Amino acid sequence: MNIPLALLGLLEREPSHGYDLKRDYDTFFGRGKPLPFGQVYATLARLARDGKVIAAEAEPGAGPDRKRYVITEQGVSDVETWLETPVAAEPHLQAVLFVKVVLALMSGRPAQRYLDAQRAAHLRRMRELTELKRGGGDLTDALLADYGLFHLEADLRWIELTSARLDALAQVVRQ
Amino acid sequence: MSGPESPAVGNMPEPLLVAREISMSFGPTAALRGASMSLAAGELLAVMGPSGSGKSTLLHCLAGILVPGAGEISFAGQRIDSLDEKARARLRRDRFGFVFQFGQLVPELTVEENIALPLLLTGARRAEAIGRAGGWLERLDLAGLERRRCGELSGGQAQRVALARGLVADPAVLFADEPTGSLDSLTGEQVMDLLVAGAREQGMSVVLVTHDPRVAAYADREIVVRDGHVVSGELIAP
Repeated sequence: MNIPLALLGLLEREPSHGYDLKRDYDTFFGRGKPLPFGQVYATLARLARDGKVIAAEAEPGAGPDRKRYVITEQGVSDVETWLETPVAAEPHLQAVLFVKVVLALMSGRPAQRYLDAQRAAHLRRMRELTELKRGGGDLTDALLADYGLFHLEADLRWIELTSARLDALAQVVRQ
Repeated sequence: MSGPESPAVGNMPEPLLVAREISMSFGPTAALRGASMSLAAGELLAVMGPSGSGKSTLLHCLAGILVPGAGEISFAGQRIDSLDEKARARLRRDRFGFVFQFGQLVPELTVEENIALPLLLTGARRAEAIGRAGGWLERLDLAGLERRRCGELSGGQAQRVALARGLVADPAVLFADEPTGSLDSLTGEQVMDLLVAGAREQGMSVVLVTHDPRVAAYADREIVVRDGHVVSGELIAP
């Protein structure tokens, strides 16, 4: 999981406090593994240092979390590039792809296009593995290729199902 | 990645089969809504998409089984959507081969007669047709089953007979609609290996409709049909 980019994606919706970002991260992506506050602020500080976000002046009031963060053009561009680049076609990518789909829907980007690009990347990898099997390699190579093929197939089934449910998911994440 | 025996899709000459903006409805239900695609000579193309997306209707239009309500289909530079039923039947018989999910073999005929059927329908002499069918029996690992009635075959054997029947007349395009849909993984894989080997050897093009990504991975590239549109996969420049 790329936490800096996930936080940037959440921040792109509107300027937010670290607390808001943590809450939304935990709600959508944490799933029983909440992001520690310390990690949120350390990540935001690094993003500010690298010019991806700007920390506004601290607001008056009690509590430690009085800074509002705003994403920069560079930050938006990083999110954009990340969303558009298919994940390496390896098994067990659902978590990353799920984050991308949710963030794309939140920001009104073409989530379907990203899923289509991912499907194409997966099928390219599946073609390579199929060719490897058909190339007359030994049985162990063929079985290892099969292992990869079945896992990639499972990812693809998830991609198809998510494609079919994008409208419903968009309603949930935009509430 | 395409293997050494695969055609270089990017450098293809003029497409062999082209559909431009075709639409097709069954009563009030639109199955295709302006679908476009192309197939190069010698190319294996997978047509993917969810159930009801229009992929089988697209195959039936490309193969001249159905005539689209709008749009154009060209094969080898000639419009085929404007041909009458008789001319399309001739085209299907002479230039196209077919493999369906459930072999659709004639149960009363023997294995070799089923394979020879497309040749017999084009007027070939029986001895010659049976002889050519015999060549495919060996290649598809069906030797010894020549005289067996098709009703007595296992699913994998029946589908290999269906594949032999699709290949025997040396068609320019083989249309395969879920050719492994009724088979288990290993048997399906054997059928796909044979299908690809047969098509490559004869330099024929294949339109392979499937919802199974493992089957689609045998093709050179894929297109995706969704809600009657081709939504993914590049069009070869005409």
